[in-house]
Amino acid sequence: MKVILRNPRREVELAGGRRVKDVLRELDIIPETVLVIRGDDLVTADQVVQDHETIELRPVMSGGAV
Amino acid sequence: MKCRKCGEPAILELRRHNAAFCAPDFVDFFRNQVREAIRKHRMFARDEHVLVAVSGGKDSLALWDVLIDEGYRTTGLYLDLGIFDYSVESKAKCEAFAARRGVPLLVSRVAEAVGAPVPVIKDVTRRPPCSGCGLSKRYLLNRVALEHEMAVVATGHNLDDEAATLLGSVLHWQTDALSRQSPALPSTHRKLVRRVKPLYRLSERETAAYAFLRRIDYIVEECPFAKGATSIAHKEILSRMEDASPGAKHNFLFGFLEKARPAFERAEAVTLNECARCGQVTTGTVCAFCKLADQVKRATV
Repeated sequence: MKVILRNPRREVELAGGRRVKDVLRELDIIPETVLVIRGDDLVTADQVVQDHETIELRPVMSGGAV
Repeated sequence: MKCRKCGEPAILELRRHNAAFCAPDFVDFFRNQVREAIRKHRMFARDEHVLVAVSGGKDSLALWDVLIDEGYRTTGLYLDLGIFDYSVESKAKCEAFAARRGVPLLVSRVAEAVGAPVPVIKDVTRRPPCSGCGLSKRYLLNRVALEHEMAVVATGHNLDDEAATLLGSVLHWQTDALSRQSPALPSTHRKLVRRVKPLYRLSERETAAYAFLRRIDYIVEECPFAKGATSIAHKEILSRMEDASPGAKHNFLFGFLEKARPAFERAEAVTLNECARCGQVTTGTVCAFCKLADQVKRATV
C-alpha cells in the first residue's frame, strides 16, 4: 500500500492486507495525532488496507502562538 | 466498528468518549458540543455580532462554519502575520471560505500595526517567534473588535490547545495565567471585548475530522515557526498520555476548570489602566504592544 505523510509531504510503501492500527504502530505514529484518509472517507483503526490502496495520514496538531 | 447512534459503519473512533460515529452523526455530535460550550458559558446571545478570528487552519474555519450554520451573525478577521508563503496561502483559504459562504472577512496586517511582519519582529526581539506573534494577535483582535463595535471575539482554541496551555502554566506555576485561563473571558474594562473559545470541548483530531467531512479547504501545513515551539512539545507529551489513558487531556482541563481555577481567580486581582500611547488596556503605563512597536521602530529605522 501507499502511505502519504505530511509536514513534510512524503510517501512510503508498506505491505498491504493490514489493519490501520498496525500501520500506525509500524510507523510509530500515535493514533490520536492523525486523521486516516482513504479517498473521500475517514477510516477507523480496525479497518484493513489492501495492497493496491492509498491512505493519507494527515497530522492534526497545530500550534505555536495559540 | 459501528456508529454509536445509528449502527452504520463508523468513520471515526473517539476513545475518550468510548464511542465511534458515522459521518452525519459525528457532525451532529460536533455541533452539539459547540452549542453546549456556548450555552454553558453564555458566550454570546443570538442577537450579538460575533467577530471570528480565522487563521486559515482547521480549527478557526470549522468554528466559523458551525456558527454560520447555527444562524449567528458573524464577521471573520484574518490577521496577516507576514510569514512568507504560509501567510499568503492561509489568507487565500480564509478569503475562499468567506466567498463560498457569503460572509464578510476583515483583514488586518501585523506589519502595518507593529511596523514589521512577524519574521522581522522575531529577529528584532531575539525572542521565540510565537512570543511577539501571540502578543500582536491578542492586541489586534481586541482593537479591531472595538473599532467595529463588536463586543465578542471567538477563537478556534480547542481542547488540545487549552490542555497544552494549562500544562505550560502549571509547569511554571504561572498563577496569573492560571487565573485567566477560561473558555470565556468576560470584559473587565470598557475597552476589553469578551473573548470566547467555543471549541474548547473538542480535540484537534475532532476539529480536523469535522473540517475534512465538511470539505472545508484549510491549510494543512504548519506555520514554519511552530517547529520547536514549547506548545507543540506540550501537545506531544499530552498526546502520549492520551494514548495510554484515553480521556487524560479532557480530565486534566475540565478538572482544572471545575475544581482548581476558582482558587487562582480569587488570588489574582490586577488594576487595569489605559495605555498612555494607544489607549488600549494595560496593567502598566505603556502597553506591551506599544513597547514592541517601539523596539521594532528603533531597530528598523
